[in-house]
Amino acid sequence: MLDRAGLPAKDETTRRVRFRGAGFVPASSRFGGWIALALVIAIWQAAGSAKLVNPLFLPAPSAIVRAIYELAMSGALWQHLSASLLRIGVGWLLGTAAGVVVGFAIGLSRLARSVGITFISALFPIPKIALLPLLILWLGIGEEPKIATIALGVFFSTAISVYSGVDAVPRNLIRMAQSFNVPFATIVRKVVWPGALPAILAGFRITASVALLLVVSAEMIGAQYGIGAFVLQAGNLMQTDQLLAGVVILSVFGLAVGKVIGWLEVRLLRWR
Amino acid sequence: MDLIANRISHHFGDLAVLDDVSFTVSAGEVVAIVGPSGCGKSTLLSILGGLLQPTSGAAELRGAPPADSLNPLTFVFQDFALLPWATVEENVEFPLLHTQLTAAQRRALVDDALRRTGLTDFRRTYPKQLSGGMRQRVGISRALAVKPAILLMDEPLSALDSQTRELLMENFVGLLADGGMGAVYVTHNLEEAARLADRIVVLSRRPGRIREVVTVPMTRAERGEAAAREKLLALQNQIWSLIRNEAIDAEREVQHA
Repeated sequence: MLDRAGLPAKDETTRRVRFRGAGFVPASSRFGGWIALALVIAIWQAAGSAKLVNPLFLPAPSAIVRAIYELAMSGALWQHLSASLLRIGVGWLLGTAAGVVVGFAIGLSRLARSVGITFISALFPIPKIALLPLLILWLGIGEEPKIATIALGVFFSTAISVYSGVDAVPRNLIRMAQSFNVPFATIVRKVVWPGALPAILAGFRITASVALLLVVSAEMIGAQYGIGAFVLQAGNLMQTDQLLAGVVILSVFGLAVGKVIGWLEVRLLRWR
Repeated sequence: MDLIANRISHHFGDLAVLDDVSFTVSAGEVVAIVGPSGCGKSTLLSILGGLLQPTSGAAELRGAPPADSLNPLTFVFQDFALLPWATVEENVEFPLLHTQLTAAQRRALVDDALRRTGLTDFRRTYPKQLSGGMRQRVGISRALAVKPAILLMDEPLSALDSQTRELLMENFVGLLADGGMGAVYVTHNLEEAARLADRIVVLSRRPGRIREVVTVPMTRAERGEAAAREKLLALQNQIWSLIRNEAIDAEREVQHA
């Protein structure tokens, strides 16, 4: 039975204990971000329509949408986008495959670690776009140097995130598997790989951005087609609506890649 | 199958952890290892289970393991060591995956181990959805699935609350009674040692040496009876008197470190 003997009398003055536990638990609202984005676009459009901003410097969102529509209708959008997607896709896959193999080798082998970390530490800080002229010299003026630049950029970040992920796999799980005489390959497949997967997928987010950055840079330096080339050309011709159309396409592409990786995380890391 | 600690010594760099430790765990016998903090209990268990190479001496086996044993020396870990991405049944099946067993045979072993630990209804649950006590049950279930000859238990109850510990201790008594399994049980809890062990190996402060081997003068079944309580308490006091001063010294050493 509830003991009410110690409760204050009705006429007695009491003070409520002040709540001090608020904050530090940020929860994102589902629609908050979209509402804020819509608000910014609406203000931007209103400013453009009211001629408050010179359209040469900042065209209104409607002008950008129109530019994207015209690009799509003329077929130029697909021409540029497909060239960029091909470069990103092949470069990212090559860099990721090599990075995963090297990252696992560094994470699991003493020899690979001592050699690999030295090379990665020396080469990782180099801006990969600076190597494009050298790669053109080596591979010619086709797609190869652009793809190689992207692959190089992706490779280093992937290798680092993979071996960091392997290092972060709790050693007690590996000891547990060893205590049951589980073979090395099975430990790698069933313990190390799933244990490192969160770090590897987080690395994919970074390498997707790296690939996007490098494809635009490489296309600005030497390409006829591609979103980077298109943006540069539009800038040179002062076609800012087209320039921003290219930027929007890049942003949408980045968002789409982020969504795909988010979906992969939900599917593969549902145990978290 | 007997497990023998044969003159085991171990150093971590300049730090001597174990010094000339020898004892034998006979088939079906439960031996508890107790001692002050940092005396090398867990290190000794790792050496006995082949997870650590001693600086000198050796862990040895005498006699053949039971024919159906898939992993004669099997650990139960203090931190459970469960794969967080695997369900309860996948965790229990994990040590069976690389064996020659068929899927049906593996399934039968998993079912039996889950039934013995009361986890049948939780087989599709992930470790994060379970309480500490339930997680340790999964660890025990996984160990039982490989039909061990000797369980190597490293403070298996120390991460649990007192009620869960009591329940699991009762579980251990039952499992050790019907399996014919031996065990090496590392603990800092003298009550657990007195309740579960046939013999208690008391280690000295670092470097751990055997100070005394105490035989518990009653069967495990008898220890559950009310009349045995006083005798068990006296036994705990006897062991505590052996390690008390060294435990205080070890505590001081930790504070000054």
